Amino acid sequence: MTQPAGPGKAAVIARAGLQQLLDALGAAGYEVLGPAVRDGAIVYDRIAKVDELPAGWTDRQDAGRYRLERRGDQALFGFVVGPQSWKRFLHPPVETLWSTRQEGERMEVTAPQPDATRYAFVGVRACEIRAIAIQDQVFCGGPFPDVGYAARRHNAFIVAVNCGEAGGTCFCVSMGSGPQATAGFDLALTELLDDAGHRFLVEAGSAAGTAMLQGIDRRAATDADLAAARAAVARAAGQMGRTMDTDGIRELLQRNAEHPRWDQVAERCLSCGNCTMVCPTCFCTTVEDHSDLAGTSAERVRKWDSCFTLEHSYLHGGSVRQSTRSRYRQWITHKLSSWFDQFGSSGCVGCGRCITWCPVGIDITEEAAALRTAAAAPNRGQDGTP
Amino acid sequence: METAEAAAAAPGQIADMARIAAAAAAADPFLPRVYRVRQARRELGDTVTLELQPESGAAPAFAPGQFNMLYRHGVGETAISISGASEDGAGFLHTVRKVGAVSAALAGLEPGAAVGVRGPFGSGWPLAAAEGADVVVVAGGLGLAPLRPAIRHLLARRERYGRVAILFGARHPRELLFRQELERWRARLDVDVMVTVDHADASWHGSVGVVTPLIRRAAFDPHETHALVCGPEVMMRFAAGALCDAGVPQSRIHLSMERNMKCAIGLCGHCQFGPAFVCKDGPVMRYDRIAGLLAVREI
Repeated sequence: MTQPAGPGKAAVIARAGLQQLLDALGAAGYEVLGPAVRDGAIVYDRIAKVDELPAGWTDRQDAGRYRLERRGDQALFGFVVGPQSWKRFLHPPVETLWSTRQEGERMEVTAPQPDATRYAFVGVRACEIRAIAIQDQVFCGGPFPDVGYAARRHNAFIVAVNCGEAGGTCFCVSMGSGPQATAGFDLALTELLDDAGHRFLVEAGSAAGTAMLQGIDRRAATDADLAAARAAVARAAGQMGRTMDTDGIRELLQRNAEHPRWDQVAERCLSCGNCTMVCPTCFCTTVEDHSDLAGTSAERVRKWDSCFTLEHSYLHGGSVRQSTRSRYRQWITHKLSSWFDQFGSSGCVGCGRCITWCPVGIDITEEAAALRTAAAAPNRGQDGTP
Repeated sequence: METAEAAAAAPGQIADMARIAAAAAAADPFLPRVYRVRQARRELGDTVTLELQPESGAAPAFAPGQFNMLYRHGVGETAISISGASEDGAGFLHTVRKVGAVSAALAGLEPGAAVGVRGPFGSGWPLAAAEGADVVVVAGGLGLAPLRPAIRHLLARRERYGRVAILFGARHPRELLFRQELERWRARLDVDVMVTVDHADASWHGSVGVVTPLIRRAAFDPHETHALVCGPEVMMRFAAGALCDAGVPQSRIHLSMERNMKCAIGLCGHCQFGPAFVCKDGPVMRYDRIAGLLAVREI
């Protein structure tokens, strides 16, 4: 929310200028991805034309609910985040780690081809930029950086879009991650739709971003444009559908491993793992070893996994986390508490996806708040029931 | 992404992604290296020690307590602790019990068989820190395997340590691991070896019962002792408690934890134990840092 670009740094482009940007990205060799309507949701897919963006669509979100609705205007980015996040490209759901050939006892290991894909992400929200920074720490901040992630991330070009409206499950303000992108982008857009017309304030966040703007029809931003952009972001900040009190939250989770709330949430939680799939920071993976029928060739494939499965904590003799109670506790404790110990920040960016896409509407902000209430006196067994 | 100025402004952002991407591509920690089984020695009915040697080049150095990821073509990969260096130092010893598809495939290998190896990974026993102090080694069952390189290290540099006690419990006399080596350790006058079994048979003339009570019988100065503990989690919990009761500071009790390790490099999330990744923050962990977690069920 801070660091508004000073006059002179920011420019204004029209819808045609946005098309020029998409063209320039394509011409520079990027695979251009952006929001598009598919099957009743806004997802990220290849885009070449501004016409493919979800013009005039918005999303209505609440716990366990997501619906697209028509807007009264032709805004291109008049929605928040859908079921997908950019992690599906930087940290793909399925990835081959290596393959082996073995004949007799001669074994050869072959590394995959280096991933040379150059992605341009168009329409990256502030919460998602924070999520990418968090996954950067996970995959590249330690002694063993992930080869594929590091390559894709290094090559990526990020066009941020600041939010002018918040969704029903948004709480990025609580998490300090939005609604304005302040860093971590090559270009940042703020969509403006008012009496002065449909236009985009554009700010460069890197040399690559500045270079990409050359050749695109633009004009210098006026004070009125900058004020309108500030107002748009302020409007979104004031509309947050949810809030989370993060004060002392790391310690809150640490000292409440036996809170009665875990039993209550476990009565509703289906342990389906939807929250972990839609979460832009959840990074757990498992591996599968496949071989051909002759057993000569084999490959090791990495796939997204979820801490809500029994297999996730498998040890010979039985999985560690047998109960839904313990799996939900693991997920939210990791996200809001132990993430600080592991990676120096919260694992939650306040995007609200886990709330929206939970089939029974479990709300991470509500669960975190419930843990703050004193543990009720245990009353189990008083009426003879277990 | 070349956002140097932007990256510097945002907390936690990584500025030198180019260098990281290049370094990662040069040394992909996911890629196994081909080793061969030089010798397979049956230890127990279901347990085999494999001597593994790289197909070419030297095996990397390891610290006692570390583990490798062993891969058998087409079957899969599993984490196995290093139970020693081969006699000429050219390879690893791994003691494998058949408990799943991968360990069964590994335990069935003959000399000459190819095995993929990644590692060594994880933390080791605090052998340098323990110099000058007494050392109590507490092992349960197959837990003796990751402790064996530590014991060999202690006994090869015996003069650097105070009193050394090895306390070992197994379920049954038939299940005493490294029995010959155990006898050699027991024959030494400068190490106190105590062995107990849960269930004795007619041939057994030693202690019967769990390993924990042996701690009271061992001679060591609790204030100047480092304890190295490995075995089933419940056994380690009780052993750590008994060591504390004996006066050993929690920070000098070390446990080798076991969780589901798939990537071994802290990227897959499976081995989380509270805030720790057992694969990289462990497997050897200080008791004072995990005592609270060990008390929580299903953590």
